[in-house]
Amino acid sequence: MSTPLRTPMPSAANSSADQPLRGNPDVRLSVEQASYVYAPNPSQAPLFTLEALSFQAKPGEIVAILGPNASGKSTLLKLISGALAPLSGRVFLNGFATHSLTPKLRAQRIALVQQESRLLFPSRVWEFVLQGRHAHGHGLRFESEEDVTVAKNALAQVGALHLTDRWMDKISGGEKQRVILARALAQQPLLLLLDEPTLHLDIGAQVDLLDSLRRLAAENRYTVVVVTHELNLTGEYANQVVLLQKGKCLRVGAPASVFQRDLLEQVFQAPLNVEMTSSGRPRVTLFSNK
Amino acid sequence: MRPLTLGRLFLRCSILAVILFVVVVIALKLGAVQVSLYGLGRDLIRVLLRQSSSISSDYGLIVLNIRLPRILLAIVVGASLSVAGASFQALLRNPLADPYVLGISSGAAVGSIVALMVENQLALSPEFAGLITPFGAFLGAAVTIAAVYYLGRRDGQIDSTTLLLGGIITASFLSAIIMFLMSTLAGGNLRGASYWMMGSLSTLPPESLLFLLGIGFFVATGAIYTTASDLNLLLAGEKEAMHLGVDVRRVQIVVYLAASILTGLAVSVSGAIGYVGLLVPHAMRMIFGSDHRMLIPSSALGGAIALVIADTIARTVAAPSDLPVGAVTAMVGAPFFIYLLRRRLS
Repeated sequence: MSTPLRTPMPSAANSSADQPLRGNPDVRLSVEQASYVYAPNPSQAPLFTLEALSFQAKPGEIVAILGPNASGKSTLLKLISGALAPLSGRVFLNGFATHSLTPKLRAQRIALVQQESRLLFPSRVWEFVLQGRHAHGHGLRFESEEDVTVAKNALAQVGALHLTDRWMDKISGGEKQRVILARALAQQPLLLLLDEPTLHLDIGAQVDLLDSLRRLAAENRYTVVVVTHELNLTGEYANQVVLLQKGKCLRVGAPASVFQRDLLEQVFQAPLNVEMTSSGRPRVTLFSNK
Repeated sequence: MRPLTLGRLFLRCSILAVILFVVVVIALKLGAVQVSLYGLGRDLIRVLLRQSSSISSDYGLIVLNIRLPRILLAIVVGASLSVAGASFQALLRNPLADPYVLGISSGAAVGSIVALMVENQLALSPEFAGLITPFGAFLGAAVTIAAVYYLGRRDGQIDSTTLLLGGIITASFLSAIIMFLMSTLAGGNLRGASYWMMGSLSTLPPESLLFLLGIGFFVATGAIYTTASDLNLLLAGEKEAMHLGVDVRRVQIVVYLAASILTGLAVSVSGAIGYVGLLVPHAMRMIFGSDHRMLIPSSALGGAIALVIADTIARTVAAPSDLPVGAVTAMVGAPFFIYLLRRRLS
């Protein structure tokens, strides 16, 4: 296991100083022939297999992992986050295998925004966002002035500064999603992972959230990986798409190259049409099966 | 945005410590025999200033040799149970977790009784013999919490309702074991079934055990306190805590062992006193919020205050006879448990 000697501070100002340690210096995330098998025990047939797949992502890039249910999207996200060790192949973040980092180092580099979790005891928005500073603290982790500043900036970046003193269980779904994103930003990660971030949001809030993500990825040079099955949002916002079906990676590339009518119809089992907008982004129209 | 600071933590704890001191003074005064604390204080100062060699008055004897040790015992037991309760609530992600409700105290009681039986058979020297009981209680607590944890799992996840039911049934089963052991093996130093099942502070444990109780409390609470900020994140779930940088497995093992030690020690000297570990952490959360860096020390002090008050009621309300203190805590705690359960369901 390789242990990095210093803690990266991936703010906009100094992320360029954080040089990758191996391979192409422009690549931050590198998934190399990573695969995974879920099996209840070794003698039985596997329940699910994610076949070996590879892709790379640069700072500031938004990668969408797209596919129908049970296509392996969440498994791939777990491999990237380091929560699972790949069965074969490797996932590197700036040259370090993500699953072999300690939880603390991992949390300093990778932030995961999951589908909303249930809170056991009510907490204030600011308390929740400060949780993102946990991996940067020492000992009993009384938060420093710097932690407070980072948390405030994170809230400001997602436009939720006015929510600071509200209770987490008294804000709307869209507001909560922003606060969860702010907590991830407070981790000051290199890699921002989002698991179906738009799931419970209305369309306005979905566009809002993805606009913020695009801006944040550009400003802070985050590498963003989003798991989704929203075709049009992927087409509009992603720089790169990883298309999965039943554990197989069918295609990796820019939305315009992945969004082929036949391919998407086969993957999503629905008749659809793909057109290109004036901005060069694909737009998908779905039809009824009947 | 006002995160907890060390200064604020000390200030709040000092206020609780002052309240504890006042409660202790009142508890010293109350009892079957009325005493004048003024007179006692004057005598004490004289002894300290070496104007007199001993406390002359009779009530001094009552207060210092009978009431004070019992109050000190209440302080350590109350603090241990409250810290254990707060820890189990975080560890099991269940706001209704409490060493008594989950049957952990009953497990510790069975462990204590078995240890006492073994002790009687081995005929060890008295100062050494006393140490087997808390060890048995610790084992009993640790095994019970492991069993309840596995009973409470459904599809690999802890299900809070199943966990509570599993705990309550385990408690009932273990109470039956206690009754069985008491009816078939009664005698010697096993004490009575009501002592183990309801808890009482009326019998002072041997001095070696008291010493162990004090040390054990500080070591176990200290160990839990080192994980306080991790526990805040663990409340959101294991996966989320891991992604925020918590070494989940390490925290779980530390808290599991330390909370079992606290429960075991408390039960081995006072039986299964219920609901302190439920009531006190909830009250402290209402006052100070749910940050464990504040919750653990405030629960320790609050638990001490609560049990000193409860025990004072237990020994004065039907004086000169002594109620089991567990009866007093259950009369307040059980309705509170129902209230929390209803609120959660709604």
